[in-house]
Amino acid sequence: MTADRRTQEGGSLPPAIELRKISKRFGNVQANQDIDLRVESGTIHGIVGENGAGKSTLMSILYGFYQADSGNILINGHTRKIKSSREAIEAGIGMVHQHFMLVDTFTVLENVMLGAEQSHLLKTSGAHARDALRHLADEYELKVPLDTLIGDLPVGQQQRTEILKALYRNADILILDEPTGVLTPQEADQLFRVLQVLKERGVTIILITHKLREIMDITDNVSVLRLGKIVSTQRTADTDMATLAELMVGRKLVTQSFDKVSNADADTGISVRNVTVTDERGLNRLNNISFDVRRGEIVGIAGVAGNGQSTLLELLSGIKSPSTGEFTINNHVVSTDAALDPARMRDIGVQHVPEDRLRLGLVKAFSAAESSLLGYHTKPAFNWRMFLKASTIREACKRLMVAFDVRPPDPKLKSASFSGGNQQKLILARELDKAPSVLLVGQPTRGVDIGAIELIHRKIVEMRDNGCAVLLVSVELDEIMALSDRILVMYEGQVVGSMHGSEADKTTLGLMMANALDQVA
Amino acid sequence: MNTSNVELPTWIEVVLIPLLNIFLALVFSGLIILAIGEDPIKAVGIMINGAFGYDEAIGYTLYYTTNFIFTGLAVAVAFHARLFNIGGEGQAYIGGLGVGLAFLLLDKHLPALLLIPIGILMAAVFGALWAFIPAWLQAYRGSHIVITTIMFNFIAASLMVYLLVNVLIMPGSMSPETREFDTAGWLPFMHELFAWFGVNITRTPLNMSFLLALVCCVLVWLYIWKTQWGYALRTAGHSEAAAVYAGINPKRIVIIAMCISGGLAGLVAVNEIMGVHHRLLLNFPAGYGFTGIAVALMGRNHPLGILVASLLFGVLYQGGTELAFEVPKITREMVVAIQGLIILFSGALALMLRPWTVRVWLGLTRQSAT
Repeated sequence: MTADRRTQEGGSLPPAIELRKISKRFGNVQANQDIDLRVESGTIHGIVGENGAGKSTLMSILYGFYQADSGNILINGHTRKIKSSREAIEAGIGMVHQHFMLVDTFTVLENVMLGAEQSHLLKTSGAHARDALRHLADEYELKVPLDTLIGDLPVGQQQRTEILKALYRNADILILDEPTGVLTPQEADQLFRVLQVLKERGVTIILITHKLREIMDITDNVSVLRLGKIVSTQRTADTDMATLAELMVGRKLVTQSFDKVSNADADTGISVRNVTVTDERGLNRLNNISFDVRRGEIVGIAGVAGNGQSTLLELLSGIKSPSTGEFTINNHVVSTDAALDPARMRDIGVQHVPEDRLRLGLVKAFSAAESSLLGYHTKPAFNWRMFLKASTIREACKRLMVAFDVRPPDPKLKSASFSGGNQQKLILARELDKAPSVLLVGQPTRGVDIGAIELIHRKIVEMRDNGCAVLLVSVELDEIMALSDRILVMYEGQVVGSMHGSEADKTTLGLMMANALDQVA
Repeated sequence: MNTSNVELPTWIEVVLIPLLNIFLALVFSGLIILAIGEDPIKAVGIMINGAFGYDEAIGYTLYYTTNFIFTGLAVAVAFHARLFNIGGEGQAYIGGLGVGLAFLLLDKHLPALLLIPIGILMAAVFGALWAFIPAWLQAYRGSHIVITTIMFNFIAASLMVYLLVNVLIMPGSMSPETREFDTAGWLPFMHELFAWFGVNITRTPLNMSFLLALVCCVLVWLYIWKTQWGYALRTAGHSEAAAVYAGINPKRIVIIAMCISGGLAGLVAVNEIMGVHHRLLLNFPAGYGFTGIAVALMGRNHPLGILVASLLFGVLYQGGTELAFEVPKITREMVVAIQGLIILFSGALALMLRPWTVRVWLGLTRQSAT
């Protein structure tokens, strides 16, 4: 196949993917407009852009989820119509989604085979797949234990399974959507080594990401999308992070740095003592955890997703109660016998910006005004005992929207219609507006564009300066390091390390997150 | 092409698509009527005339409509909390038991002014109690509400047979019914009501519970969209996680929503027992509880939609009966088949035409844009 391609056009390869004037609109929204993109064969091509810039739409068109309204797609020099993901696979395109499309209770082998069985008999298909995977593992240095259940594998290995799935289907073009969001820095490095090997073997890779550092580290070319258009495509070596960031946002960005404070003698807002939280399966989500957060201090919780940070937020916000141990929050003692529910927590001045804004933070089908009421519908300010004060609620929402620059500032618009960043700003506005004494923040900028990150960070620091005790959970190390006065690292439900914000460095934190500091030292 | 995320103007979603669905159902019904050698246009004419043509027809149509409003609202309230209440039938039945017990005890001793509110209250409370048990099992034991409410229909039916055959039957009677209640417990008929104002209309089963049904539509609308409890209910219905985050207890919502739902279904007994039969008897819910599911689906769980859908089903019931009577070749079963087609197209296949409508709409708007 490679030989065929080389013979065309006198030895030079046609681009692996060429998009010509691709346009797509949804109702009034022009998601993609006249997109021209050449992805050279055998390169790693980065695509960056803010949320809602049209990256996902573009890749969905390429992978057959949507049809473009106009324009052409050329794969290896030939025009192709891609009407479904099946046709995309036939054209040699493989996709590794941000959220893996794997069956947890199947083995790696079964997952790879699924939908691409060579025979009606599982035994024959299995033997074929096993053979093919052995070759792939040798060729691309992608080793995964074939007979282990997906659910038992770490995230990095699950991602490799996704890559193997694509390669098993003969993909020579690989699209990766935000691949490092769930990985430790070390796992991300491993992924990038794999991508390098794939590239050397002639695979073309499209990398969609928020993280400009990854673009600089690994890509050959980079395209920037803004408001549905390609604003720049260039060699990565010819550009730098600041330029890319400006292209993405469309204006100059001030690099923010926040002062770190040390309030060792301030009184504590949160004080956790030997708390264990056991889930219904009997696993300890939090394992004998103890720490303090002082007033006027931001404590950042670093860690790979799934090591108990979510449970910690649920515990402190009253969604879960401690199985053993107790904690004090804003001078209220909470234990198994004296639990506080989320409504009570709000009453005592504990506000919570949840990690999963679409599941917890708002209701997608509600209007923005209704979502801005979430958690406060029983407050006298918003109801006459029985009926809701509709106009008061709308006005309050409008005020929040203006204060936090939520766009468009229309309280009647459906919550789901706002971009991720604007949803997040609305939730943040709702919680910060209540002047919290203790603020719990989970993933404040996940899926949020660069422009909004500035504002969100500024508001969180403002809360600290007002004497609020802030607990920040994030999987973004950059964010933790930028904001936190103190950093705690969680691993398997325990605090395995702590550092002062001013002394933190990425390598040490990364090793702590993998609980591998001792082995190195 | 994936069209589910394309937004259409409200009038298309709420008016045009349901009308197209009904039209399609009528086309298929027409084909069936053609197949047995009758004239479908004439059949539709008989049906419409049978449902609206004269005041007696209108009375019967609205009498059926009343039952559909109650059961449709019942399904809708539960649905806003993401609960599928299949047990309207049983809840209506047990609601009747509530009325029956109260009236057997009290009808000789209390005036109508007290007896009627008590009867309405008992119908709602007994219906709610019958829904409370599956609700509790769902909330605290994880038993699926669909399964338990279906089962409770059977339990209700068996219980009523036992009670009416062995306990509540009028002594010396051959049929399993209670004695007739004292007239103090009778809900006035509409023809009686009109007669008080000097207007004479034909005697029909339509009674004052129709007004109660209209009041319930308004109350349900206020409750779901205008009160803080309705807000909590909808939050829990859309996302249990968001409800917990907001400090709303989803288990309590399950119980409250099901009790309100059961109470509304129980009100069918107000129409049937207090309004029409004036005694407790077997099988009076006659499938209204189940049809309520189709009514709610068709009415998009909104009281106004339910009112319209109930009227449509009232027309189908009354006009269908007339049709079976007038045209010998179209049997009662054929009418049920036509009703089934309407339920199929406007309930189960409600969104079948949507992708097509979206394409036409996008085509039209694109042309006007250029």
